[in-house]
Formats: sequence, C-alpha cells, structure tokens
Amino acid sequence: MCSQVNVKVRHLTRIEGHGDLLVRVKDGRLEEARWDVVETPRFFEVMFKGKDFRSVPLLAARICGICSISHCLTALGATENAFRLEIPKTATKVRLLAKHGETLQSHLLHLFFLAMPDFLGLPSALPLLETRPEAIKIAVRLKGLANRLCNAAAGRTTHPVSLRVGGVTVMPRSDELLNLRGELENSLDDLSATVDLVKSFELPEFARETEFVSLKGEDGYSFIGDRLVSTDGVECDAAQYIEVANEYVDANNTSKWTRLSRGSYAVGALARFNNNHEFLHPEARRVAREMNLDPVCHNPFMCNVAQLVECIHCTHEAMHLIDELTATPPDELAAPVETKAGRGIGAVEAPRGILFHDYEYNNEGRIVRANCVVPTTQNNANIHRDLSSLVTHFVKQGISDEALELKCSMLVRSYDPCLSCSVH
Amino acid sequence: MKYLGIDARRPKIAVFDFTGCQGCELQLANKEETLEAFLNCVDVTCFREISSASGEGFTIAIVDGAISREDEVRRIRRIRDQAQVLVALGSCACFGGVNRLKNSFDLDRANREVYGDQPKPTLPVRAINEVVAVDMEIPGCPVSKAEVERIVQHLVWELPYRFPAYPVCLECKQHGTVCVFEMGELCLGPITRAGCDAPCPDAGQGCWGCRGPAQDPNFEEFLAAAVGKGHREEAIAERLKLFGGFRGISCVRR
Repeated sequence: MCSQVNVKVRHLTRIEGHGDLLVRVKDGRLEEARWDVVETPRFFEVMFKGKDFRSVPLLAARICGICSISHCLTALGATENAFRLEIPKTATKVRLLAKHGETLQSHLLHLFFLAMPDFLGLPSALPLLETRPEAIKIAVRLKGLANRLCNAAAGRTTHPVSLRVGGVTVMPRSDELLNLRGELENSLDDLSATVDLVKSFELPEFARETEFVSLKGEDGYSFIGDRLVSTDGVECDAAQYIEVANEYVDANNTSKWTRLSRGSYAVGALARFNNNHEFLHPEARRVAREMNLDPVCHNPFMCNVAQLVECIHCTHEAMHLIDELTATPPDELAAPVETKAGRGIGAVEAPRGILFHDYEYNNEGRIVRANCVVPTTQNNANIHRDLSSLVTHFVKQGISDEALELKCSMLVRSYDPCLSCSVH
Repeated sequence: MKYLGIDARRPKIAVFDFTGCQGCELQLANKEETLEAFLNCVDVTCFREISSASGEGFTIAIVDGAISREDEVRRIRRIRDQAQVLVALGSCACFGGVNRLKNSFDLDRANREVYGDQPKPTLPVRAINEVVAVDMEIPGCPVSKAEVERIVQHLVWELPYRFPAYPVCLECKQHGTVCVFEMGELCLGPITRAGCDAPCPDAGQGCWGCRGPAQDPNFEEFLAAAVGKGHREEAIAERLKLFGGFRGISCVRR
C-alpha cells in the first residue's frame, strides 16, 4: 500500500473546457479527491431573455461547439412544444439524420483523438501520423463521413444552418443521400477495424454502483423523445426533468451538480446502453457482447465501448433513414409557424447524454424565461464521486503518483466531458 | 520576405481557449480530406483540447473565445508576452461573440438568477483586442476552415493575406443562390464581410452577420431597404447585435 499520493492537474488536457483534478492521500488514507469545473460561465439562460424565436435555435447552438446540432434540436423541440406545432414527417427524419451524423462525429472525435492516446501511451493522436498512419486514416475517413452527413442534413456540423422552427429549410438531394448511403455501408469495415483497435485497449477494472438516466426507448433506441428512465426505477415524462435533475450549486464549481435517487447520477452512451440496449441494431448488440459490455455496466471506462457500439448502431440507422427518405417524394419541409404564449420543454440525447431546454414564450414569440440542463452538468458530480472510489481502489493496490494521475485523467476523459457546455 | 514578421516555414503554433464554445478550435481538426497536409504545414506545440503535449515555445498563438474573468485577463497577457504573432480565431475572440449579449444585463442579477446565493466571479465580456494587441483577426461563428487554410497557405508562401472587402452577397451570386433577402427573409448579407462562402443563405436562411461588417457597408441604404421590405427595426437590431460584430452601428434611422 502506498502512503503518500498527490495529484494536481490544472486544466486537464484532451477534454472540452477547463477542469482541475486534485487528489491527496496521506498515510494510505484518502484525504481529498476533487473534480472541479472552472470554466467561465456565459449565462445563456439570461441571454435567451427577450430573444425572438427565430434567433433562439441559433443562439442555443452556440452553447456547444461539438454538440451544436443537439442544442439546436432541443431548442427547436422546446419552441415547437410551446407553440404546439406538429412537425412534418420528412423534416423529422432529416433532423434525426443530422442527429446521427453528430453522434458519429462526436463519438469518433472522442474515441480516436481524445481517449485513444492514453491507451497507446501518447500525449496526443498526432504522433500516430508517423507511427500508425493506418489508424489515423481510419479515424479521418470515419469522421469525415460523419461531418459530410451533418453537412447534408443540417447544412453544417458546427452551428447548423438548415434547421428552423417548424421543420427544416432544405431537403438533401437524393443523389447526395444515396452517395452517403454507399459510403456508410463501406464505413462498416472501418468500424470493424476500430472494434479491433478498441479491443486492444486495456480498460481499467473499476466499478462503482451508479444510477443511469436517459430517454426511455419505447419503439427504438431513443435520441429525441419525451419519457425518461433511470436504472434505479425512476420513470416519468421529460416535462418533469426538474425533479429528475435537482440541480444545485457547489462552491468549487461553475458547473452545477445534479442528483436523483442517490448522491449523483450519470448520463451518456453508457446510460443509454444500460437503459435501452434491447433496442440497438442487432449488429451493435453483437459487438457489445463481443466487447464484454453487458447491462447494467457500472464501469465508467466502458463508456468508450458504449460510444463505439452506438457508432455502429447510428451508421445502420442512418442508412435506414436514407432508404426511407429516398423511397417516397418528400412532404412539406416545415409547418407554418404561429407564435403562442406558453411553456415548452425539449429533450434530446446529445452525444454526452440527455439534454433539456425549457422556454417560456410571450405572445410575440419572445422568450420570457429559459432553463437548460446539460449532459455534462449531470455527469460532473458523478465524476467527482467516482474519483474518490477510484483513488481508494488503486491506492490499496499500490500506485505511483504518475500512474494515479493517468488513471484519474482517463476516468474524467471516459465521460467525454464538455465543460463549456456544462457551465453554459 | 517575411509575413507578419515571422519565418514562414512550418511555424510553431499554439492554440488557447477562453470564454466560448470551442467550436472554432474544433474546425482546425475538421476538413478531414486536407487535415494531414494542414498538419504538415504547421508545428502544433500546444493544443490542450486535443493534446497533452505542452511543447515549449511558439511563434503564433491562436486564441479562441472572449475574455470574461480576471484569470483570463492574466492568462491572455502572458500569452501575448510569449507570442510573436497573436491571432484571434472566431467571432468570440474578434468581437466578444454571442457571449457579449450578457453585457446588456445587470451582471449581479444574472449571477443570482443562475447561481442563487453562491455567485461566481465574472466580468463584462470583452474581445481579445480590448485586452491585448492582436495581429490578425479571423472572424466567423464558426470560422471557415477553408479560410484558415488559405491564411496558412499564404503564411507558408510568404504572401500577405487579404480578407475579402466585399459583402456575402457576392458569394451568393457566385453560387447562383436565389437571393433570400428578395424572397422576404431578413438577411445581413449586403453589409457583412464575405469569406464564409455564404452557408446560411445557401440553406435558405438569411445571413446573421457573424463575420462583422464588410468594408464601407452602405448601412443607411440597407436599413431603408430592410424596413421597406417590412422587417421591424427591433428584429434588425437583434440580428445586428447577436454576434457582436456590428457594435456602434445604430439601428435607429435618423
């Protein structure tokens, strides 16, 4: 057993945003283990006030540079609920296609560029350009395709331009969609190679019993929906998100913390898998079994595997959506918009977990009050609590400061945190 | 010939982030078809979002985000001291970006509304050039990676880069895009600096002016035309304000 360990990381690398790690162990006893988010707050909830419904989805997208499509879709959902709008089927499918493109690009960015270097003992993926060019080629091909899917369905990956209140502004051309379908089919080989690569990673053996919250799958693996579920047995409408998240302020964090049945809960790919695995595409389920990912999995490092499983699922789903979109002529792209005073709540599974936007509009279609509960906001307290367990677990086995720092950093990275998003 | 006073061959670049969504940084890792060539042109010594390497020394600091807290003021000053050339990347760095909307509200009240009785340190949002000297500004929300590549190419070729002086309208004409302003959408294209390749009008939405004003915009005439098409001054003002690039331009007609 080691007696004295200290880890102090200011502004952890290979994550989005600014967060600090602090661990102190004295005489073999854990004195302190902290995960503190120090990202500068932007006060989006205040900035939304008075904004016209046409500006709102644009502004919402700017909460996050990685999952801007999810923020935009959630803002649209909340606004359309407030105005009681019915969205045409074609638009719903185009939006879902954009959603899959985003999940793919975000998960692939994380797996290859943010998480993978730890498993290969590298500071970043950049040295792989020389040492393992084939791995980088796969990453670049897969991520490039995901971005092209977003471009086709949302006009742009970062800060989409063709999603608007009522529906979408553009229907992707059939030849463009069919080309993408062919590329998606071909990408399954690259995804298989990625499965082999991730299988070679040594994921730390660690588990802490956790409550996992996500949208509830009802007729599919849900990415946009209105029912919530937790592994501790909570089930309710997304409209009751406030009683699920129970946000509170921590003195050391600019991100709020959340709790439900226990001291904290987790959202994200692992939570979606744990709650909705039976709705995954059979190929994605097969890969999950092959990679020893079984529900309910309490090892946070397995979130990396769950992301890869979702990449396979989303690739198949995107192909299926393209088949549907190209089989019949498109109906209306957008419903006519009439503003109404009232409250609307949107719930979307962003890549890092369930995301809520809640707006109150006045008669003129301007926001009176806004609230956003973001995936990483919901994960931060859970990361903080995991950290104490992880440190205790590995200190018992005997570990150097350097090795513990790596384990702690990998734990945070496995949640793929998006801190500017979490503080907003 | 040196451009911006630096040796152009594979310059050492460091990327730093401040208040914002980090989407502009992410663009540097996008455009996969030319990513390898791009990375061969520059030596990335520090880029926290994708790398744990903290290689010492850099010639060019690329800065993403605005300044909104005291520790950010100290950090940007240290970066300015070390960098030969400081580049502001994206509308948050160039103008304050959407973050600047916060400045219209009482900050103490905003803080209490979000954090209750445990308010967090915050300052009114400032663009990078309001805190330290900036050598080059690349606007956009997000920046266009194609434009960033053009700038880096010019750097390597030792040629000066000139941003387009003309407005977004010209790029719509080049694409053959049907004018959304004529179709009744509010569009800031006629007064906004081009270089983005006009993705918003291409998608059927008006331009939101994220890149700030074109050279010598005919603002009075634009305002008269927009009001003439039935757009309310309130809506035009909201749009002009959204990304912070049109500060100082009043929407009230004299």
